[in-house]
Amino acid sequence: MTAYEEFAGREILPPQEGPDPVNVPMIRHWAEAMGDRNPIYLDEDAARATGRPGIVAPASMIQAWTMRGYAPAPDGGGTGGASGAEELYALLEKDGYTSVVATDSEFEFHRELVVGDRVSVREVVESISPEKSTALGAGRFVTTVRTYTDQDGEVVAVQRWRLLWFRPKASPSSEQAPKASRPRPVINRDNAFWFEAARAHRLVIQRCAGCGTLRHPPGPCCPHCGSFEWDAAEASGRGQVYSFVVNHHPRHPAFDYPLIVAVVELEEGTRLVTDLVGVAPGEVEIGMPVVLDWLDADPGLSLPVFRPQPGVAS
Amino acid sequence: MNGRTYEEVAVGEELPALPIPLTRTLIVATAIASRDYQDVHHDPGLAAERGSKDIFMNILTTNGLVDRYVTEWAGPAAVVTAIKIRLGVPNYPGDTMTLTGTVTAKHDDDRRVEIAVRGENGLGAHVTGTVAVRLPAKDVR
Repeated sequence: MTAYEEFAGREILPPQEGPDPVNVPMIRHWAEAMGDRNPIYLDEDAARATGRPGIVAPASMIQAWTMRGYAPAPDGGGTGGASGAEELYALLEKDGYTSVVATDSEFEFHRELVVGDRVSVREVVESISPEKSTALGAGRFVTTVRTYTDQDGEVVAVQRWRLLWFRPKASPSSEQAPKASRPRPVINRDNAFWFEAARAHRLVIQRCAGCGTLRHPPGPCCPHCGSFEWDAAEASGRGQVYSFVVNHHPRHPAFDYPLIVAVVELEEGTRLVTDLVGVAPGEVEIGMPVVLDWLDADPGLSLPVFRPQPGVAS
Repeated sequence: MNGRTYEEVAVGEELPALPIPLTRTLIVATAIASRDYQDVHHDPGLAAERGSKDIFMNILTTNGLVDRYVTEWAGPAAVVTAIKIRLGVPNYPGDTMTLTGTVTAKHDDDRRVEIAVRGENGLGAHVTGTVAVRLPAKDVR
């Protein structure tokens, strides 16, 4: 059994009471920020008119009542201070999983919270996944069950909660360590429009003004009808992997490796050579649906890249 | 403020779409209103160090917006009994997320209605999930 597997079933956060009881000022801040104008959160009469005893808190706000708030403690969960949680966070950090994002939250609400309620939460680990390769970097999914109770110990809500702890990849647009510049594209009168559009994060396709045929890479003359007249059409940014290679060697200091170089076939029918990002080399497949993203390689150069269509991989 | 009764709602009904402009102020204000002070929700430099291109919306806010979206449609008498969401691509500043929803089930025993919810931004699906609300009966209104 690995150190991670041993956490399954373990309470990492003993019951902890939120610092403030359910109160109108915090509800007001929440409702204002969310743009939520439901009157039952702020207007006593409106709440009574719906059969409630008085003002209730938004259901989704329950987690906020037990958040740790602003504290100079290590990053991690929203709540903290418990030894089990700290032990888990230390283990994750030791293995390089220094960043965290929430990926799933499944709430079941047993009753609405009213002003004056005191909410506590306890958290038990359900499972910790083996290391998975994700768009953000390699990481582990930590699934816990958070049980919210009131001042009488009655359960008011249960939340299944999943965090991805991961090793961050180098930022695509980081302004930190100055990196070598990418090799410059050769820009001429035929293709300048395409790179100018890319600088504005627009992916365009050259279109023959004579017969309407799309073509890429750009050129002076339509190979279909011979016309020299052309304009540019906006691409939808959706496509699929037509072919790809994974470049391991030789390396150029401007690139991150392994570097996936692909031919992407756009929905419009033309193909372009581009990089695939947000996917591990072993997960790329021919025909895989991809969507456009932008690489701001350096101040003078923006290039289209593609990433897997969201919702397809986990 | 009008609301929906259980009887008025039919499986397959679509909720009106709600576009939400993702301003930097919205992302920061909602993080703070949910007492979430993690740097990735307000500090662009630290967010970049952690591998993100910019600050991004926290999940508590996604829950709050999905809650607001469904209860705006259902009305003040509706009681939220479940919110189950999965996050996809991040909500970055400058984008717009459009929420859409469809009624997928009705449970007569407790007048509970389930709504499948989806929030799309320029990068794809930010959130997919289900919200369940208990609606008033016709005569209670």
